[in-house]
Amino acid sequence: MTDYNFAYLDEQTKRMIRRAILKGLAVPGYQVPFASREMPMPYGWGTGGVQVSAAILVPEDRFKVIDQGSDDTTNAVSIRKFFEATAGVATTTHTTEATVIQTRHRIPETALTEGQILVYQVPIPEPLRFLEPREAETRKMHALEEYGLMHVKLYEDIARHGHIATAYAYPVLVQGRYVMDPSPIPKFDNPRLESAAIQLFGAGREQRIYALPPHTRVVSLDFEDHPFEASKADHACGLCGAGDTYLDEVITDDRGSRLFACSDTDYCEARRAAGHAGAMAAPYAETQA
Amino acid sequence: MTPLFSVRNLTKRYGARIGCADVSFDLYPGEIMGIVGESGSGKSTLLNCLAGHLDPDAGQVLFDTRDRGLIDTATMSEPERRMLARTDWAFVHQNPRDGLRMGVSAGGNVGERLMAVGARNYGQIRESAIDWLGRVEIAADRIDDRPRAFSGGMQQRLQIARNLVTGPRLVFMDEPTGGLDVSVQARLLDLLRTLVRRMGLSAVIVTHDLAVVRLLADRLMVMKSGHVVEQGLTDQVLDDPQHGYTQLLVSSVLQV
Ligand SMILES: Nc1ncnc2c1ncn2[C@@H]1O[C@H](COP(=O)(O)OP(=O)(O)OP(=O)(O)O)[C@@H](O)[C@H]1O
Ligand SMILES: [Mg+2]
Repeated sequence: MTDYNFAYLDEQTKRMIRRAILKGLAVPGYQVPFASREMPMPYGWGTGGVQVSAAILVPEDRFKVIDQGSDDTTNAVSIRKFFEATAGVATTTHTTEATVIQTRHRIPETALTEGQILVYQVPIPEPLRFLEPREAETRKMHALEEYGLMHVKLYEDIARHGHIATAYAYPVLVQGRYVMDPSPIPKFDNPRLESAAIQLFGAGREQRIYALPPHTRVVSLDFEDHPFEASKADHACGLCGAGDTYLDEVITDDRGSRLFACSDTDYCEARRAAGHAGAMAAPYAETQA
Repeated sequence: MTPLFSVRNLTKRYGARIGCADVSFDLYPGEIMGIVGESGSGKSTLLNCLAGHLDPDAGQVLFDTRDRGLIDTATMSEPERRMLARTDWAFVHQNPRDGLRMGVSAGGNVGERLMAVGARNYGQIRESAIDWLGRVEIAADRIDDRPRAFSGGMQQRLQIARNLVTGPRLVFMDEPTGGLDVSVQARLLDLLRTLVRRMGLSAVIVTHDLAVVRLLADRLMVMKSGHVVEQGLTDQVLDDPQHGYTQLLVSSVLQV
């Protein structure tokens, strides 16, 4: 792939994206406009995240891609292969070994550390869009910290469902200033938005980048009498037995048998390798045979 | 006594056409000012300049703010003006669709201004919403319905509740009873009068309808071609009109 520049994008474009990233880090939670480029994949595939990754990757990086917690969906595999081919970087499925992790819809269970960068793929960056479709108006609302509408949305949730039913893309207040959409991660992941890692958010179609520097204060919006809860399915992982992870419900046969298993496959495997086993698990050695 | 609201030599042009010209008046706390005039006479233009939706070309609009006293609203910062618009001021549109969030429940519509000024207790917001729905004669069990499911009169009452929930001091209304059936109009007027008197509100009400003015307004301003041709106490103006145009208006020779 010698006809491509390192990591596909030309240096000029990468500089432009890096400027947007730096601005985003300087003003946590603020949506920075950037000139999104055509990428050789459709928008739904996370071109915003891919462009951010392309702009920050260096040859020494070890790159991991997760899609809904898993390293081996078509989407995750293609993006990983894309950077293997265009940047020649090493890749990994282990959270602890990765220097850059691009993600769609999850934050890894393992706490990230300083020096790591988490890149999110974002479909709709504007948290106010739901109730205020006018872009000029939402910008003004951010500028003037007029965030009453976010609570109207939560109010509607409680009025209709008896509790805050928003389960994904649960809005947060960043550093006491900007309201931010954390991308469609489950609200279970929201507490881990306060992290030692750098977190970058890229929306390709909407041409926005925003960021959370390490250790930024991130508070999930709620009401005094309906406090935020990082809820999850009330089960333990059937494979590794973990009781504190986000679970996927998997249908295991055509008679409707179900299995709850960690959505973060790397985390689950690491636990099984360390000898933990859930109620439905075959001994770990067998699965490796 | 300081006026709550003071308008001085206000002029707004649309290119060469005059929207409204050289309008001045003072409004004192608890007073209601009616503005009447034929179609195109500049009533909405004036009201929108007063409420800060349009920038006048000349003149001043002063408001007696809680913290800084009587100041020119044009010199306020935008955040200040927007804050005023959702606390001490309210605006009731002729078409409830312009003043309501059609995709949000009645309770959410009423609660929005409370949340905008920092209310963060769901139970209390809901209680206020139920209280206000009651005050505008909407049954509490409609609280979770969207405005779409309401009749025109109910939508207008909901818009009024949504505006009054934060206890504003000054309410602007553009034809609040326009577009409603006569019987519905009468009920709404009755309700408005009760609310306005009970809360001691000041209001500027634009209308075509002299009956509205008679019932609600302490003072009356008559407009023609962008100019105020006569103003004074409502009863005086209506019972003893001085200007020829007002005389025509009152004798209902003119259908406004
Ligand atoms: N956006 C605009 N651009 C140009 N001219 C306008 C605009 N809005 C109003 N005008 C003109 O300004 C004058 C005053 O209009 P305005 O809408 O204020 O009248 P009005 O008294 O509210 O009438 P109505 O009773 O029909 O609502 C009219 O001549 C109108 O054509
Ligand atoms: Mg009008």
